[in-house]
Amino acid sequence: MMGEEFVVLSLPPMLIGIFAAVACAIPGNFLLLRRQALIGDAISHVVLPGIVVAFLLTGVVAAWPMMLGAGAASLVAVALIEAIRRLGGIEPGAAMGVVFTAMFAGGVLLLEQSDTSSVHLDVEHALYGNLESLIWLDARGWGSLLDMAALRGLPPELPRMALTLAFVTVLTWVFWRPLKLSTFDEGFARTTGLPVGAIGLGLVVVAAIAAVAAFDAVGSIIVIAMFICPPAAARMMTNGLEAQVAWSVLFAVLSAILGYVLAGYGPLWLGFDDAVSAAGMIATVSGVILALAAVFGPYRHRSGARAEHA
Amino acid sequence: MELVTPETGTEDRALLEASPLAVRGLTVSYGEKPAVFSVDATFQPGVMTAIVGPNGAGKSTMLKAALGIVTPLSGRVTAWGAPLDKMRDRIAYVPQRASVDWDFPTRVLDVVMMGQYRQLGLLGRVRTEHMRTALHCLERVGMDGFADRQIGQLSGGQQQRVFLARALAQDADLYLLDEPFAGVDAATETAIISVLKALRDQGRTVVAVHHDLSTVPDYFDRVFVINTSKVAEGPVSEAFTRTNLQEAYGGRLAAAQMGALG
Repeated sequence: MMGEEFVVLSLPPMLIGIFAAVACAIPGNFLLLRRQALIGDAISHVVLPGIVVAFLLTGVVAAWPMMLGAGAASLVAVALIEAIRRLGGIEPGAAMGVVFTAMFAGGVLLLEQSDTSSVHLDVEHALYGNLESLIWLDARGWGSLLDMAALRGLPPELPRMALTLAFVTVLTWVFWRPLKLSTFDEGFARTTGLPVGAIGLGLVVVAAIAAVAAFDAVGSIIVIAMFICPPAAARMMTNGLEAQVAWSVLFAVLSAILGYVLAGYGPLWLGFDDAVSAAGMIATVSGVILALAAVFGPYRHRSGARAEHA
Repeated sequence: MELVTPETGTEDRALLEASPLAVRGLTVSYGEKPAVFSVDATFQPGVMTAIVGPNGAGKSTMLKAALGIVTPLSGRVTAWGAPLDKMRDRIAYVPQRASVDWDFPTRVLDVVMMGQYRQLGLLGRVRTEHMRTALHCLERVGMDGFADRQIGQLSGGQQQRVFLARALAQDADLYLLDEPFAGVDAATETAIISVLKALRDQGRTVVAVHHDLSTVPDYFDRVFVINTSKVAEGPVSEAFTRTNLQEAYGGRLAAAQMGALG
């Protein structure tokens, strides 16, 4: 499994899965602590109408127009959520729930009504992506990693996802202090002159960029799972924000690798013929990790609650 | 609703330049009714001022609006005569304890260090001197030994003292506190008031939203009485009177609280 066949068939999808998982998990930590974890769910649903509209406008299934459409749709969704929350005085969770289900439903209707049957654009693809199909036919073994000609044949999702991950990581590193402070104590952050509103919006936009890039490569099911499961599991492993983000990255990587391997070989080991969806298995593994952390994690008891009674 | 803020006269300008924090025509509204209506306040340097008034009188709102935490409908805020944004380095703030989630994954020392974030900038390296300052601030509020504690494990009084330590780490000239004594134990109250009095004795200015009328004469030099609109402002001996409090509190002023007036 570690030879040429692995480099051709498994290395690119595994790396794409890992990059996508980590790119979503990092902003997920802050969204979780801000009680906005659902925003990842919302963004990954609203990209559907975005890519359908992009297809209708351009008439081609190409990555960039679709990502632009998805990005535009998530901005519209964020604006709608804010509008409903402020004008209607409705709690954020409900506002998100209303917006993303409505927009997703609109996307499904649009997809059904438009002539997309001839192209590879369907709800299933949107949910599960096509991780297994992202193979590297130009590879001739590990040596190809140093061969420029072969590297050009890499699935474009791989460099795109790597770039997205680098972008997310650098921004999180540079804006660590403002993010931490405004997440913990927004009022105090404002008095020190931090643009709290811009930081909150920036976080959502970065999350949307990660979600849209990951959605294109791996489908929305991984995006939804990775925004919530690794950070939530990580929170139960530690009481420090730095360590929590580190744990969430570890859990995201673990989910991607274990999920991919289990999807490909698990059914064979159990005596079945077919492999199962890698995206579905990666999301499942992240859920299992969360369940294990909830049962065995050292910091699953909320210490604050106990202190109040003391 | 747009309210016109009148131009500043020369006489007022001198007052504003001397005042670490002053507001003119400050009006804030959360809904239909204003929470703070057309308030003028001129806090005096080097003294301790209590902002008092009944529940819902706009005490905290006035402070938050002055600091830009909530956006006022109208009004002008100055610090030492300049726009507040230019003076943020000289202002420290202690929010209400209940305004944050104490389950946040962080240690006591990290919270105190947040007071130095503005000084550190985005990527400025944390040096030994920053750690030492933070530890010293914890010592001043009697919380040394708690530096590595998860903040969720603290009692209410300890949380309040950590917030005060963070403000001390800001090393400011003006300290604004929102209900620093709410729901804290007696030991914490003593610790906090002695820290605040020490700040004042160094020539710094302290302004605190305060709810316990009985301690006003002991703790504070000046008082600002508010009930949506300003009722009175001045030295405790002049402004903290039965008449003013009756006007602010109306029937809500309990007999026991009146006892504090002697």
